[in-house]
Amino acid sequence: MSTAAEAELAIQAKAGAGRSQGYWAGVFKRVRRDPVTLICAGLLLIMFLAIVCAPLLAPHDPYQGSMIRRLRGLQTPGYPLGTDELGRDMVTRLLYGGRLSWFMGIVPVVLAFGIGTTLGVTAGYMGGKVNMLIMRTTDVFYAFPSVLLAVAISGALGAGIVNAILALTLVFIPQIIRVAETVTQGVRNLDFVDAARSSGASGFTIVRVHVLGNVLGPIFVYATNLISVCMILASGLSFLGLGTKPPEPEWGLMLNTLRTAIYVQPWVAVLPGACIFVTSICFNLLSDGLRQAMDVKG
Amino acid sequence: MILYLLRRALYAIPIALAVGFVCFMLVQIAPGDPINAIVPPDAPGDVVEQVRRDYGLDKPLPVQFGLWLFKVVQGDLGRSLATGRSVWSDLSTAIGNTLMLAVCASLVGFIMGCTLGGLAGTFRGTWLDRAATGIAVAGVSVPHYWLGMVMVVIFSVQLNWLPAMGAGPGGSSDWAWDWEHFQFLVLPTITLSVIPTGIVTRTVRGIVAEIMNQEFVVALRGKGLTRMQIFLHVVKNAAPNALAVIGLQLGYLMGGSILVETVFSWPGTGLLLNSAIFQRDLPVLQGTILVLAMFFVALNLIVDLIQAALDPRIKRA
Repeated sequence: MSTAAEAELAIQAKAGAGRSQGYWAGVFKRVRRDPVTLICAGLLLIMFLAIVCAPLLAPHDPYQGSMIRRLRGLQTPGYPLGTDELGRDMVTRLLYGGRLSWFMGIVPVVLAFGIGTTLGVTAGYMGGKVNMLIMRTTDVFYAFPSVLLAVAISGALGAGIVNAILALTLVFIPQIIRVAETVTQGVRNLDFVDAARSSGASGFTIVRVHVLGNVLGPIFVYATNLISVCMILASGLSFLGLGTKPPEPEWGLMLNTLRTAIYVQPWVAVLPGACIFVTSICFNLLSDGLRQAMDVKG
Repeated sequence: MILYLLRRALYAIPIALAVGFVCFMLVQIAPGDPINAIVPPDAPGDVVEQVRRDYGLDKPLPVQFGLWLFKVVQGDLGRSLATGRSVWSDLSTAIGNTLMLAVCASLVGFIMGCTLGGLAGTFRGTWLDRAATGIAVAGVSVPHYWLGMVMVVIFSVQLNWLPAMGAGPGGSSDWAWDWEHFQFLVLPTITLSVIPTGIVTRTVRGIVAEIMNQEFVVALRGKGLTRMQIFLHVVKNAAPNALAVIGLQLGYLMGGSILVETVFSWPGTGLLLNSAIFQRDLPVLQGTILVLAMFFVALNLIVDLIQAALDPRIKRA
């Protein structure tokens, strides 16, 4: 009994001796101990660097095709991953294709994060009629399955990258609003907010200083999870012909144009999808890891 | 109880109206004059004006919405620009096909998800849990249209076991419950079921793990109940939530099957939407999305009502 108590004291003394750890130091420490999250982050970093440096790494021109060397298989000399239906090098196309796929997977989430957080925090903090207005509007968009909403909006607006990004942003804004509103309501009635209010701080100051710092973390974690969904949806729109237009390289569009080649070079045809899958699962696991490390519930 | 049901049903009405408004606006946000969605582009000017008046397109937007709504409520979704047939005639067969696919995929997803999630939740921290969680993460992160292609490559191209596309031999779309037709359903169903499998696994794992930690389970164990008897108690507690999740998934699959239907040329709403988008057939686009969204609203309502009926703990205040 006494030994246990002594050990407890010793641990406390040790912890007290060192500088007290900040929240972020704790988060980083937990991430460092999580191999899955580290591997995913590493893979994503490598992919990111590869697509950024695509002009340096790519062995061929992404648009230059050749009718003679169409649909070569894997491990063709000079074309390790084969060629596509127009004879363009797959390694090059995949490297360049990642640029648009990543762009279209991340930009809508970033936009939705900005707009959704603003509206959600406003609704959560103000309450009353403002809350009613924002949240009931959100309910309407929740009445559409997200794929359907994305297809509907970009289908009506017409194909194109900008329209696809617009459609995806609109799909994710309501989801972020809901999360932001919930966490803001949780913070709004805590003692330190009351204290700030009674000391005469304005609503804007309270939100900026006291609320945002406490709600951005959970919303951010939720948003990283959305990147995985957004990447699949964005490539899906391109797969349907609603996003990028040929001959621009993009993983979803490449998957679409190679679809006719599955009887000739099946394993070359499915490569772009494998890229989407790896990226999406890495973002998903990274988000799960962050959620645990940052101790976000929900 | 009755009061709660009524209130919940009443709340669905404004939502349905608003969903209708969004669908109405789809044609308005489309680039160009909405009149182009009704008359062919080579129609003479006076005909265009005549049609504009007939359709009420010269009236202010709220009035137009009212007129449109009035027609929709009577079941008139307009005519397809491409075929000239009424939208509803094409849509009704397509919805049947999509519903069949979505129901099958939901069932597969529900069974798989409950099994995996139940095992993972019961044996938390073991390799079983890690395997099930891994499958769940893969299920929600896989681009299912790609998975469909991989399935076609493996089972149709390489092994030649199952047909790659269509919904019946010789491209026919008359359905019958025999192997000849059923084999066409296998690959699309499996492909579409990975998402609900992933989501149900995650949810059920969470619910079961939470229930297993509750005091009443400890009490049951203390009473000397066998594993099987405890399992029945857990199922009773987990069922309402699991059913709610899969109910909503059915709605998501109805709306989200467009990608899978495109891969397998399944003659459902997705394929209809796809061709409508490329022919800029806005009435078909609008009608299909409206019906699918209304289906989702109705499903949401039904799920809430069933959940309230099954689970006496839900607040009816």
